[in-house]
Amino acid sequence: MKPTSETDVLDAVVAAVADETRLEIAGNGTKRGWGHEVVASEILDLSGLSGITLYEPSELVLTAKAGTPLRAVTAALDEQHQQLAFEPPDFGPLYGAAPDAGTIGGVVGCNLAGPRRIQTGAARDHLLGFRAVSGRGELFKSGGRVVKNVTGFDLSKLIAGSFGTLAAMTEVTVKVLPQPEKIRTLLIFGAGDADAVKAMSTALQSPYEVSAAAHLPAEQAGRSSVSYVSGSGGSVTAVRVEGPGPSVEARLAGLRQQLSGYGDLEELHSSNSRTLWAELRDVAPFLSGANDMIWRLSVPPMSGAEIIADLSLPLEFRHFYDWGGGLVWLSTPAGKLNAASRLRQAVMETGGHATLVRAPDADKRETDVFQPLSSGGGALTARLKDNFDPRRVLNPGRMYRDL
Amino acid sequence: MGSANTNMSLKMPEVDTSVVSRRDDIINRLRQIVPPGPLGEGVIDDPRALRAYECDGLSAYRQLPMVVVLPETTQQVSKILAYCHENGIKVVARGSGTSLSGGALPLADAVMIGLGKFNRVLEMDFDNRCVVTQPGVSNLAISHAVAHRGFYYAPDPSSQIACSIGGNVAENSGGVHCLKYGLTTNNVLGVEMVLMNGEVIRLGGKHLDAGGYDILGVVTGSEGLLGIITEVTVRILRKPETARAALIGFPQVAAAGDCVASIIGEGIIPGGMEMMDRPAIKAAEAFVHAGYPLDVEALLIVELDGPQAEVDYLIGRVQAIAERLGATHFRLSTSDAERENFWAGRKAAFPAVGRLSPDYYCMDGTIPRGRLPEVLTRIAEMSKAYNLGVANVFHAGDGNLHPLILYDANNEGELEKAEAFGSDILKLCVEVGGVLTGEHGVGVEKRDLMPTMFNETDLNQQQRVKCAFDPDGLLNPGKMFPTLHRCAELGRVHVHRGETRFPDLPRF
Ligand SMILES: Cc1cc2nc3c(=O)[nH]c(=O)nc-3n(C[C@H](O)[C@H](O)[C@H](O)COP(=O)(O)OP(=O)(O)OC[C@H]3O[C@@H](n4cnc5c(N)ncnc54)[C@H](O)[C@@H]3O)c2cc1C
Repeated sequence: MKPTSETDVLDAVVAAVADETRLEIAGNGTKRGWGHEVVASEILDLSGLSGITLYEPSELVLTAKAGTPLRAVTAALDEQHQQLAFEPPDFGPLYGAAPDAGTIGGVVGCNLAGPRRIQTGAARDHLLGFRAVSGRGELFKSGGRVVKNVTGFDLSKLIAGSFGTLAAMTEVTVKVLPQPEKIRTLLIFGAGDADAVKAMSTALQSPYEVSAAAHLPAEQAGRSSVSYVSGSGGSVTAVRVEGPGPSVEARLAGLRQQLSGYGDLEELHSSNSRTLWAELRDVAPFLSGANDMIWRLSVPPMSGAEIIADLSLPLEFRHFYDWGGGLVWLSTPAGKLNAASRLRQAVMETGGHATLVRAPDADKRETDVFQPLSSGGGALTARLKDNFDPRRVLNPGRMYRDL
Repeated sequence: MGSANTNMSLKMPEVDTSVVSRRDDIINRLRQIVPPGPLGEGVIDDPRALRAYECDGLSAYRQLPMVVVLPETTQQVSKILAYCHENGIKVVARGSGTSLSGGALPLADAVMIGLGKFNRVLEMDFDNRCVVTQPGVSNLAISHAVAHRGFYYAPDPSSQIACSIGGNVAENSGGVHCLKYGLTTNNVLGVEMVLMNGEVIRLGGKHLDAGGYDILGVVTGSEGLLGIITEVTVRILRKPETARAALIGFPQVAAAGDCVASIIGEGIIPGGMEMMDRPAIKAAEAFVHAGYPLDVEALLIVELDGPQAEVDYLIGRVQAIAERLGATHFRLSTSDAERENFWAGRKAAFPAVGRLSPDYYCMDGTIPRGRLPEVLTRIAEMSKAYNLGVANVFHAGDGNLHPLILYDANNEGELEKAEAFGSDILKLCVEVGGVLTGEHGVGVEKRDLMPTMFNETDLNQQQRVKCAFDPDGLLNPGKMFPTLHRCAELGRVHVHRGETRFPDLPRF
């Protein structure tokens, strides 16, 4: 079904509730592969709900219907030199979809966040309000259209990253921010994982307002289309600074001094910087190897490299770090699930979580996509689901098999 | 509000007399769970001692709690809640009691849990750039604990000397720096909390984002309705190298508003950007002698922070914008002492206004910033109609308006008049596209105004979140929601196939 209005969405969900049928909620479906397979009688395709309904650059807010292409949002923001500061990645190509085809609702539903997460937050931090139809078949709203608001429970946080399992969003209001005037990236060549994490931590503890810090082991660096990165032949650690010109220059100089002990340094200017960070954001190093399983680990920044070192997986794997070491992307050949439980255990001990972002359906039937919850967290999650979608109409099983 | 009146015109949940009649038993049981310790009494039941807890920062509303318990460990909190849960006893949490919305207002039949003994910073982890702390630690104490390494905790409510980090999480508090650095919710990484049934859960940690539903996100700002927070992990930031502030005066409020819009429009996000109107300027200047100009209608404090090179460059641009828009006063801080003096006036604006009048009432709406001139004009009209003075301070960058209504509670009916004035202001905020509260919370104060912003369905869906945590509605009832529905009732699904227009929809 492809509704074109909010009332149509409401009607579709009401009918599904009444008929006890199930709906798969989708925007353009570019990230359908993220999560377990949804067994539903129909797809509720929200891409027909499209259009920016309010954009006030000086108020830093934008409201769009949930199915609005992210491309359209970005284009409107570009005209005013603004941006979604959380740098939403384009994961479509990871799942074989066309590039640049996602919707703003999908961005929020998956709580996407790019390299700037460490400085400005994720989609959750930028969602000011939304309208949605719950699995009870009721249209409701939460939040507002101003950047500072504590009126009532902050359901925006709950809906961001709920993968369409609580409500079908029809409209979202997001905070937007100015684009930086200038971008520079400092590259450090040849550091091992552990040293790279130390270098990134040093940079992030400096007063130089680093907006991203990532580390590519040699093999992943070799896949970059930025020749400074791929041509070095070894590992590359990247630290980004953004802002007004004079400020960027001053901060780079400071960083150079602090980081000189970690290896040879090189600078990327705006255009190369943009390319490199877009590659990291979109997990481009893993784009080849279409059948590999891809894991996304969110851990304390100092723990990422330790987990990788201790894993010593008995199989080939590839990895790289973002978020100053706190985000680890890991790819392993398909069908090798024996590592999953050890990986999850190691991540759990740090308090973090591991998501199996991509895997063949057969593998996903054998393991959990999202980090299994503690008994308390699991029970609370189930009660939340019950209170939004008691009949399990929306995306049943996508996050957790029994929900 | 600084009055000593007891005003209970507010309708609170009916007192459960069966609980009150068991008060002695309850006190005995609580004493077993929390015996007196090195930090003092575990349970307070003496009416004189209970007075200290009868109100929070919204002091027009007062109520003695049935009993106060001061646990020191998570396990004690868990036992208290499990006991109250089994016995159907209501519970209200209290941090430092600075809430301006009555969030920590006691109930006559409720156990109040004071978190004051949870007063230790547990871990400073500079490599992971976070601090793990107990909830009773004050906001400022966290910054102090990490200052020796040049770090700080960014959200800085004006009450930061006193308010607790647990209270900050419960209220999702802001501060003058939150345009650039975010509210509490953008700076909290994890909590340990105890649910009403005594269960202890951990949400988040030192990593970013949730692996499942973002429960931490909805707990932040939940005003003590979802659980008792017993530990908090916050991210810390390195202090900016330098900061400079500009005092910019305008002959019209509209020009000051344009200046704020132009600064943001040119891509500059200052560390802080505050506005005061003429009455607020006058009161602050008389109190603090910050050197504010007295011949302007609106005064902006714009603070730029970061590397010296950035601050110098941006200050120049801000100055150019201000001059273009007809600023009649422009002064730059030349030292940290001078910059702090600029802020001293703003930060003391509440007490400064308090000197003009026996009582004042602080409001907290947010509006789309562009509507500021119109909103201030209408507030001035209301001020005339109610015959009560008003001074406005404004977190200009994010549209968060704090009108301070001046009144005298000793004059018959004036408190009620001030409250009616306040309600009208908040309704106006909603009417122009804003919201009822930007940072102080709903509490009891704005509870009954919630329907101006949300319809019944919206509010019911919020209450269902409460049902997932506290199905019996024992935690902080009477706050945030104007009407409390039973969870069983909220759980029912009312759907009739025949009512839909669905059959007309195009299908694949
Ligand atoms: C002069 C003054 C200036 C202020 N300035 C600002 C400002 O600039 N910005 C701003 O945002 N606020 C401001 N406030 C409001 C207030 O300081 C904040 O809301 C603060 O976060 C409250 O913290 P507290 O510890 O005093 O909480 P309390 O007042 O004790 O409690 C507030 C709420 O939190 C709940 N709570 C407290 N601790 C816990 C816990 N451990 N677990 C669960 N629930 C808990 C309580 O039940 C209650 O609902 C100001 C207040 C004053 C008096």
